[in-house]
Amino acid sequence: MKNLVSALGRGGLKIVQEAGEMALFLLAALGQACRRPFRFRRLMQEIHFIGLKSGLIVLLTASFTGMVLALQGYYTLRKYGSEGALGSAVALSLIRELGPVLTALMVSGRAGSAITAEIGIMRITEQLDALDTMAINPLQYVVMPKLLASLISVPLLTAIFDVVGIMGGYLIGVVLLGVSSGAYFSGIVQSVVSLDINGGMVKSLVFGLTIILVACYKGYFTGRGAEGVSRATTETVVLSAILVLAWDYVLTSFFM
Amino acid sequence: MIELIDVVRTFDGQRVLDGINLTIPRGKITVIIGKSGAGKSVLLKHLVGLLKPERGRILIDGFDITQAKGRQLQECRKKFGVLFQGGALFDSLTVFENVAFPLREKTRLSAAEIAVRTRQRLAQVNLSQEMEDKFPDELSGGMKKRVALARALIEEPEILLFDEPVTGLDPPMTNTVFHLIAKTHQEIGYTGVVVSHDIPAVFQVADYVAMLHQGKIIAWGSPAEVQANPLPMVQGFIRGEVNFLEG
Repeated sequence: MKNLVSALGRGGLKIVQEAGEMALFLLAALGQACRRPFRFRRLMQEIHFIGLKSGLIVLLTASFTGMVLALQGYYTLRKYGSEGALGSAVALSLIRELGPVLTALMVSGRAGSAITAEIGIMRITEQLDALDTMAINPLQYVVMPKLLASLISVPLLTAIFDVVGIMGGYLIGVVLLGVSSGAYFSGIVQSVVSLDINGGMVKSLVFGLTIILVACYKGYFTGRGAEGVSRATTETVVLSAILVLAWDYVLTSFFM
Repeated sequence: MIELIDVVRTFDGQRVLDGINLTIPRGKITVIIGKSGAGKSVLLKHLVGLLKPERGRILIDGFDITQAKGRQLQECRKKFGVLFQGGALFDSLTVFENVAFPLREKTRLSAAEIAVRTRQRLAQVNLSQEMEDKFPDELSGGMKKRVALARALIEEPEILLFDEPVTGLDPPMTNTVFHLIAKTHQEIGYTGVVVSHDIPAVFQVADYVAMLHQGKIIAWGSPAEVQANPLPMVQGFIRGEVNFLEG
């Protein structure tokens, strides 16, 4: 029993310590954004990698999510004779919850793991040390552009997810199941308020920064060799998913 | 000139550097020898501020790099070029881009000027123009070292550090790399620090040799002086005796 308590204590301390180190890492990296040179080209490259290259997977996920929501929503709402509320059900679910969460999870799976592997390999092959010795700060050259790119790309991807998801819902609800097109869109207009959209966007900002921070941190402080990079990559995907869901609860309770 | 004064560093309770005192003269090549795992690369990383000692000072032309942070540290590092053990080439960049990288990122030179300087350095390490568009994973070990050497030389550093520059290379390539080190040193006149356990090949580039053993410098002098050093540890290492290597 004593061993169990001490093991829990050690685990707890490790989590707190890692959270603190991650926060300091974030501050150090974002602090580099204010220093010359501004690395605009690197930022564009990262927006291309994190944002543009995640576009297709986000489009696919969004359209299927919207379609499933419409299908499920229709059969539930029909029991109460409220098929007309399908548009608002789909839109609110997407804008408030599923858009930010699923976009973040998709970006984490596609770009987060790749970022950890990229930085981890740079670490174990001494490429980060090489940057240091060239008097180029790796936090500024490698990490900071990725963090800024996440702040720009993930909210935009979330907005695309919301719109495509709503259109996917339209396809199933209106075209396939016969819900009135006017009712679908007027339901959205009447039920979605700016707080819903703002809340979704704040979530996507926080989620985006969180997943790319975790990815960069795990790569930057990866263990030794290929096994270390492999473990770091797995940890990135798992920890990002847990943090996104935990943040989602916290932020939802703020925006309710 | 580089001076190490009572430098101590511990890893996992083991003193890897145990009060190192060493002077590395300006404009000369000093070779640090010692068996694998003796802490030679750790010592090299301390010189450029990648690692900080627990105790002691490392003076680079009188400036203590162990106390430097941020901009001061970056300014001090501008004096250095480093050839890493594995080359540390950026794997997503071509040979040309790797060598041009420091100039592109840190200077305002025109693209034409950068191209001229880059080709000059590639030629200096005997790499032809056909190699420019290759990626690091398309190169042999020796070629990687030569590209890394060209990159380390591109800014004409005052101090050049070589971390095991010939590890994993065959004897002809080992001689080629040592020849290039000697040639570029003659042309540029940098202060060189070479970490190696490649005995006796490494003596051909050394002005001075220091031997690191159990965290201490146990021998220092010209290659002839070190080779004549009567300490059993020094003789054992130079002769490659099994007992010493396993000890």
